[in-house]
Formats: sequence, C-alpha cells, structure tokens
Amino acid sequence: MTKITYIEHNGKEHTVDVQNGLTVMEGAVQNDIPGIDADCGGSMACATCHVYVKDDWYDKLDEKNEGEDDMIDQAYEPKKNSRLSCQITVSDKIEGLVVHLPEKQV
Amino acid sequence: MIKTDALIIGAGPTGLFTAHQLKIIGLDCQIVDNLDKIGGQCIELYPDKPIYDIPAIPECTGEELTQNLIKQLKPFKIKFHLNERVDEVKKDNNNWEVKTSNDKKFSTPNVIIAGGVGSFEPRKFSLKECEQFENKSIFYSIKDKKIFEGKTVTIFGGGDSALDWAVELSKNSKVNLIHRRDEFRGANATVDKVHELAKSGKINLYTKYQLSGIGGSSNLESVEITHENKEVKTFKTDYMLGFFGLIMQLGPIANWGLNLNKKTIEVDTEKFETNQKGIYAVGDICTYPGKLKLILSGFHEGALAARACFKLARPNEKYRFEFTTSSKTIKNRLGVKSD
Repeated sequence: MTKITYIEHNGKEHTVDVQNGLTVMEGAVQNDIPGIDADCGGSMACATCHVYVKDDWYDKLDEKNEGEDDMIDQAYEPKKNSRLSCQITVSDKIEGLVVHLPEKQV
Repeated sequence: MIKTDALIIGAGPTGLFTAHQLKIIGLDCQIVDNLDKIGGQCIELYPDKPIYDIPAIPECTGEELTQNLIKQLKPFKIKFHLNERVDEVKKDNNNWEVKTSNDKKFSTPNVIIAGGVGSFEPRKFSLKECEQFENKSIFYSIKDKKIFEGKTVTIFGGGDSALDWAVELSKNSKVNLIHRRDEFRGANATVDKVHELAKSGKINLYTKYQLSGIGGSSNLESVEITHENKEVKTFKTDYMLGFFGLIMQLGPIANWGLNLNKKTIEVDTEKFETNQKGIYAVGDICTYPGKLKLILSGFHEGALAARACFKLARPNEKYRFEFTTSSKTIKNRLGVKSD
C-alpha cells in the first residue's frame, strides 16, 4: 500500500492507501474521490483523469508514455505539470505523492 | 414524423448489435448518432487499438470490429441518421416522440439508449468570455471557410485539425497558430509544412503559449496569450478557432427524467429498461449491480432489450424464441436459403 493525496479544486484533501500496481486513476475511482472521470477506463484514449502533479513530484515520476502529451493537449486547462493519472503506476517509489485535481474534466 | 418499432441512440458496437437483434426478431429500427460515422468509441477513440476480449475473436481492432458488425447488419438495410444528436424525448400517448438536433422527428414505442459515455462534442475554450462569441467569431469546426478571407484568424491546438486549417487558411488569411507545447501531434508532412510556412512568415507560430484572455464588445477584437514562463502577448484578431479534440458528455439525456447514477442510467437486468416504460439503456451507459463495461456485456444487454421491445411494438402478437440455425423465418429475414 502506498499513500497518495488527492486535492480537489476546492482544496479538499483526500489521503488514501492505494494498492501497489494500480494506477493513480484507479486509486481515486476505487476510493470515490470526486473529480476523476476516467471515461475510457484507463486506455489513454480520453483526457478525463487529468491531474496536476505537485511540482517537486513531477520529475520524480517515470517519464510520460508516448502519446500521453497528445491526450493532455485535449484536457481541460493543461499545465506544465499535467499528467494523466491512469498512466502513473502506484509503487513504493511514489509514497506520499500529491496530485491536484483540475476544476473539471470535461 | 418517422415511425419505427424502435429507435436506437448510438451507433457504437452495442447499438449496432442491438439493431441486429431487433431485425432478427422481425422488428424494424433506425439509428441516430452524433458522430459523422458509424462505430462510436471504437472508431473515434481507438480505431487501431487491438481488442482481445470479444468472444470467438482472439484479436481485432476497433475498426475491424465495427466493419464486421456493419457486415452482419448488411441483410437488413438499416437507416442511419448520422451527425445528429437526439435532443428531446417526450411521451405521446403510448409512444415516445423523439426530436433530433436537425429537427427530425420520430414516433416509436421503444427508445434504446446505446450512448456509450454520452455524445461526442468538441472541447471548448475554458475561458468563460468565449461563450458570447461562439458561432460568431469563435468556432470549433468550420462550415464555410470563405468568411475568413482577408481576416486574421487565431488557431489553437496541436493536432491534425489545427494544423490542416492553419495551412489551408494561410493562403487567404493572416494566421496565428498557438499550441501549449513544442511538439505537434499531426501527420509529419503537415507539421513540416507548418514549420515551413512559419519560416516564410505565412503563419505566426506561438508555442508554449495558451489562451489567457480575449477582448471585444460586439465582435471579437483581440486575443491575449501567456507563455509557460508567464510572458504575455496580445494581438488583434477577427476570429478564433479551437481544435482540442472531442469530449464525451451525457448532454440532453440528463433531461429525460431517467434515474441516473453518476454519468450512467439505471436499468433492470431483465429488459434493461429504465424507470420509464419503453426507454432502455444498454452498453457502457447503463448501470446495474455487477455491471461490466465490456463490449460483450453490451451485446447481451441489447439482445434482451430487443425482446422487450417486441411486446410494445407488437402488443397483439406473442414473441416466440427461435435459433438462427434452425428458424426458417429468421433465415428469410437474413436472406439466406434454408435447407
């Protein structure tokens, strides 16, 4: 289990334990954290699990997959620290990760 | 007014197979879809991605699956209404009166919603002020390119639509192209062309910029963009075009008095009927205890909803279950010879 913190756009924080091997998107969905839609179910075919990774965490994550930035182009208000949470796999390496959720996904 | 036994909303795999099941049992049906092509998410989101869990098909792409479903429907000559969104569903005695965005009207006892995650709509600028200029000087698709002649057009986006239009409009307009990063996701040849046109001054290219403001009262007059490093630029523009891909929205379905659960519609598992008699939901858009968002589940749900439609479409007849392998009637419908 790895601790991940999701901060909603209104500032509400949710810190949950997510099983290693799941994605940060799945961690949100399984814990009913509002603000992640994940319409395509994690196949990197939409951009509705979009998150902003807290700055100091951005470089610690594995590099983006090919095509992820193409989908982020289509997200709501993408920024430099934007990621698709379905493409971040949970492991001990990211214990304590903090992600901010955008105002909306669609 | 078009009369039909059942109207299917959504031409994705579930909608297509549901049509097949309706025709097999002798009902007629028509299909409406907001996209300009048949196939739904399979075609729009992942035409080239392989799918491995369609029973008896070890591997196929979204496009192949769609082509096969269309082939399976061939004997039936089904009427498709593409590029149309169903906007209204209203009760009219024992029938539902359905109206589309093109003002087409249907009267049917059965409406089957096979709408996936909703209808595909272009993603719009997130800046609120843009709404007042929408369809006047801000567009998300182009119907008549002549209006841009001799004008300044500011295009946002980094995919094929943005690049293709930048190249095309640069012939007769002053074009600014703005994208949030350096890389483009369009076809290589188009990307090269854009860089070439930028070099020769035909396109003003701004990368790592995003929209931060607009100006104008009755007409759009100016646009403000901000660089990653916070540097701000403002310039005059007559038109703005946004090409940020498509998003899926439940849209008007939310207004039809159906019991919703997040973005899905609650149904029973006998008929896949909603809380409204004669309105069914199948595929990704429906929910019930144990629901799996798999294409194969959609096929099952469509088959059962089709049988439920029979009762309302043919109140004086009794539905009789038959196998395609042995039924003469079904073989006639399929146009194949029986032994």
